[in-house]
Amino acid sequence: MQTLNSYAPEIIRIVIAVAGAAVVVFGNALIMGYMERKLAGHFQRRTGPMEVGYHGILQLIIDGIKLMSKQLVIPAKADKPLFMLAPIISFAPVFLPLLVIPFSDRIQAFDLDVGLLFVLAVASINVLAVLVGGWASNNKYSMFGAFRAVAQNVAYEIPMLISLLAIVFMTNTFSLRGIVEAQNVWFIVLQPVAFLIYLVCMVAETNRAPFDLAEAESELTAGFHTEYSGMSFSLFMMAEYTNMFIVSCIATVFFLGGTSGIPLPYFEYTGIIWFLLKVYFFMFFLVWIRWTYPRTRFDQLMNLCWKYLLPISLVNLLITVVVVKL
Amino acid sequence: MKAYFSELFTGAWSLIVGLRVTLKALFSPVVTVQYPRQKIDVTPNYRGHIDLIKDPETGTHRCITCGMCMRDCPSDCIYLEGEKQEGVKGKVLTLYTLDYTKCSHCGACVEVCPTQALDYCDDYEVAGFARKDFHYDLLKRVEERV
Repeated sequence: MQTLNSYAPEIIRIVIAVAGAAVVVFGNALIMGYMERKLAGHFQRRTGPMEVGYHGILQLIIDGIKLMSKQLVIPAKADKPLFMLAPIISFAPVFLPLLVIPFSDRIQAFDLDVGLLFVLAVASINVLAVLVGGWASNNKYSMFGAFRAVAQNVAYEIPMLISLLAIVFMTNTFSLRGIVEAQNVWFIVLQPVAFLIYLVCMVAETNRAPFDLAEAESELTAGFHTEYSGMSFSLFMMAEYTNMFIVSCIATVFFLGGTSGIPLPYFEYTGIIWFLLKVYFFMFFLVWIRWTYPRTRFDQLMNLCWKYLLPISLVNLLITVVVVKL
Repeated sequence: MKAYFSELFTGAWSLIVGLRVTLKALFSPVVTVQYPRQKIDVTPNYRGHIDLIKDPETGTHRCITCGMCMRDCPSDCIYLEGEKQEGVKGKVLTLYTLDYTKCSHCGACVEVCPTQALDYCDDYEVAGFARKDFHYDLLKRVEERV
């Protein structure tokens, strides 16, 4: 394993990895928060935040300070321990998938043999957090948001896994590094159907528009986080942005060849530039479709999953398996 | 089966069309204005409160103190006074006040004026802290205006 462990003892490696993951989580939340609002503005031919700093560049820092200094309001009849626990369940696991993502040849904390399974398993804890938060709020909007989130995520996990499984069959490995290394040609060319299915599922998994039924403002005020304020709300938001980052990373690793790009000096490290460019392209795409499409109805959402994505991904998997075995 | 695929493809195509629309908007110039720092010209049709017009020939207002506007105003918000002066034909305007708190922008004064001395101004930032901020002295305004 050509990672940092040939240079430093294990404990230092762990500290660096966790610190790096924290930097990615908070840095990404800052960048995405700003980018989302700025892009939302420009998609509607507005300017977005303009007041704090040059073109509003410090807006997110101000918002962070505001959210941190706000009072945490707990509704009187809420289930207090669970209510406080939900944002933590949501936020704590988002660090873990970052540890196995190969940002560059030498920038990866651990290369697990079951990297993909690990990422998907940990990422789906978020559903539990949404359910707990919605249930503990003791509020009809929150509860409906939570129910919807669970139904949606359980449904969309299946085509997502099957579309990724097609690629696992091609590469014979679950390790994310192995999948990156197996890509002489980007898999978006070899597996366009799997890519499109993954793209749809990735939006649904992160509960973002047009599949943001869990927090549909117009029907459910704010869905599962209606009752959350201050820091517990911002933990949910940061978890959402980090989940976006993780699904974009997976898309990059599986379909856009990870770090592959025009070689730069010290490519073992600078490959991260290409990697992050691709990731932020996906993030841009997520923002783009958010400000383009209206929210789907719940039956449409389920129809799309069970009637289109699932059969097509199964057929795609079948064809892949046959072609691989030939 | 045919309907299944045609629905899929027309749906997907409409999504691409939608993305193209918003992408075009993303690269189009911004249409909003950063208001307090940036202002756009007021349309000439804008009906602000009334103001005495400065006649470019005489350099002063055209009011002949006939009092038609005061009499015509449905809300009694105009009050004017005039006096006879030596060597000047007719009365001379000495006071013209508008109580903007009662004005309803009906424009009866502007229409009734026999000398077209009144017009709407394009002043739209008229917020104030006290009621007396809205008692305008139009004679003073016309004299101060360049």
